[in-house]
Amino acid sequence: MKCLEYPFDPNYILEKKKKIRRELLEVGGPFIDKKIAILGGSTTNDIRLILELFLLDQGIRPAFYESEYNRYYEDAMFPNPELEEFGPDVVYIHTTNRNITAYPAPGDDEKAVENLLLTEYEKFRKMWDRIFEVYRCPVIQNDFEMPYFRLLGNRDAVDPRGRVHFLSELNRKFFSYARDHENFHICDINYLSADFGLKDWADPFYYHMYKYALSLPAIPYLAQNVANIIKSLFGKNKKGLVLDLDNTLWGGVIGDDGVENIELGPEESTGQAYSEFQEYLKQLKTLGILLNIDSKNDPENALAGLRHPDSTLKEEDFIEIMANWEPKDQNFRKIARELNLLPESLVFIDDNPAERHIVREQIKGVRAPEIGGIQDYIRVIDRSGFFEVTALSGDDLKRSEMYAENAKRRAFEESFSDYREYLVSLKMKAVIGAFEPLYMARIAQLTNKSNQFNLTTKRYTQAEIEEAAKDPERVTLYGKLEDRFGDNGVVSVVIGHFSGGILKIELWLMSCRVLKRDMEFAMMDALASECLKRGIREIRGYYYPTPKNGMVRDFYAIMGFEKISGDDKGNTEWTFDLTKPYEKKNTVIETADR
Amino acid sequence: MTREEAFEKVNGIFRDNFDDESITVTDETTADDIEDWDSLEHINLIAAIENRFGMKFTMGEVVSMKNVGEMVDIILSRI
Repeated sequence: MKCLEYPFDPNYILEKKKKIRRELLEVGGPFIDKKIAILGGSTTNDIRLILELFLLDQGIRPAFYESEYNRYYEDAMFPNPELEEFGPDVVYIHTTNRNITAYPAPGDDEKAVENLLLTEYEKFRKMWDRIFEVYRCPVIQNDFEMPYFRLLGNRDAVDPRGRVHFLSELNRKFFSYARDHENFHICDINYLSADFGLKDWADPFYYHMYKYALSLPAIPYLAQNVANIIKSLFGKNKKGLVLDLDNTLWGGVIGDDGVENIELGPEESTGQAYSEFQEYLKQLKTLGILLNIDSKNDPENALAGLRHPDSTLKEEDFIEIMANWEPKDQNFRKIARELNLLPESLVFIDDNPAERHIVREQIKGVRAPEIGGIQDYIRVIDRSGFFEVTALSGDDLKRSEMYAENAKRRAFEESFSDYREYLVSLKMKAVIGAFEPLYMARIAQLTNKSNQFNLTTKRYTQAEIEEAAKDPERVTLYGKLEDRFGDNGVVSVVIGHFSGGILKIELWLMSCRVLKRDMEFAMMDALASECLKRGIREIRGYYYPTPKNGMVRDFYAIMGFEKISGDDKGNTEWTFDLTKPYEKKNTVIETADR
Repeated sequence: MTREEAFEKVNGIFRDNFDDESITVTDETTADDIEDWDSLEHINLIAAIENRFGMKFTMGEVVSMKNVGEMVDIILSRI
């Protein structure tokens, strides 16, 4: 919803929160349901209410557990039947420097300060460890904002007895724990409060009146930040940008002004600003964000701009380049289709409000932020949190490469008249095996973001994936695929539960980046072989339709299953008989079972 | 700004805050008259009024104001 998109008006959100909520529930969806426990060290009422809005806007419908005022520690540390019954998917710990038990005193020596620091840290560490042990879900923890005053002035940052120093050291310990625990995420309120303005963020009026550790107008920024972490955990990050050229990547209109007259590079201030924006985009690309172009230009002019000596971004930095005179929303759709992505997973960046409006109106769910002027572009994209990083997998870092490889595959494919011949010539190799520790994060990520090639669209947390891997009554399979053009990483996941000789498939998904490569047949072969090893004689498959998974409606028929039932909602159940000799279905991928 | 104009503006803020177009506040309206008006909603009302009128209440006023009439008197004394 527009009023929740950065740059937003925090007062508008606070004043209209009930109406916004009502509208989100009316027009939004489909939603995934998630249970969020908010454990607060100060009042959290409006944090919960505003967080709900930002989550609904991301397609997540939250149910909340909210601790009583300042009961975060007791709630987490002691047996808590209510919270155990609730079974949170995420725990958010909202603590601030108001929760520091003891600061150093002016007479303390370094050793005493070190002890205080350790005592404070250990209190938190034990609490996090216990949450992981009991609730087994991701934890989001605030770091500490800087103090409202500095007794020692500038020396407060330097002297071990200073509060600035104390809180900074404590933050470092928190960060170090975060580096060692992949399910632990810092909500960096130190940065948020600096960005907002610390004196307004920590306005004591709100603490003394209502025990809010931050001012009311700051709450939407905090809530947006927490929502960004949560949506990232559940696979709802954006995957790429679709960029305009003229007055977006450089100043001026290249078709009118000529390549020699566009504003780009260090010679003058506007050109410098565009260069800085290009460098920012190039860095996003290294994180696996896919860059694409959607521009009203002749193709040769578009390329001339990218070949400008001061253009940091080159032709090869982009996956799809659409430069023509078609409406931008049509190009946008084409780009999404070429990448096998849903349009709403791409963000539209264009300086022209009319173009943003068209794309937003024509394609439901696509974000086209109000990016302001060139000096605002980076801030607006950054603060929007489209690409919030909660885990940086090797896969993410390689994503751009993989899509570029796909473009090469397409070109290669065109040189074959026979599709099977093409597949064979790809020299594909698959590794298929039961879930391994190395891939748990990627597997959980896939279950949360695969929408199209997904039979049951069941979502799993990493803890649930680890659980499934250990369960003796479950068959789990992941599939990795590589070929002559590169490694696609883990692209397919199957989970089944068996009893009485029948395996019921709970999850079968595949990444759209390997569509039409016969990987699904290799997975079926592996599944059949795992079943036969366990004496399973029948496999049951289930298809539950969603607005996005129409492409696999007939998947089980193609795999050789027989339909046994279906209802008027389109849900179907299928069976595969393993008592007959099983004939391998994959003939083009070399497989190594693990 | 006349008292009537201030009332109209305050009324709009109440309607937004409780998402209820049927609310009409008067001098005598208190938290007892509006179902969802608890202490946590009070802070939202205060913040919205401060924002829309461009003024600030003191902590003492926030605690001691008895009804909407007193609220409007404070607003008018400060803008």
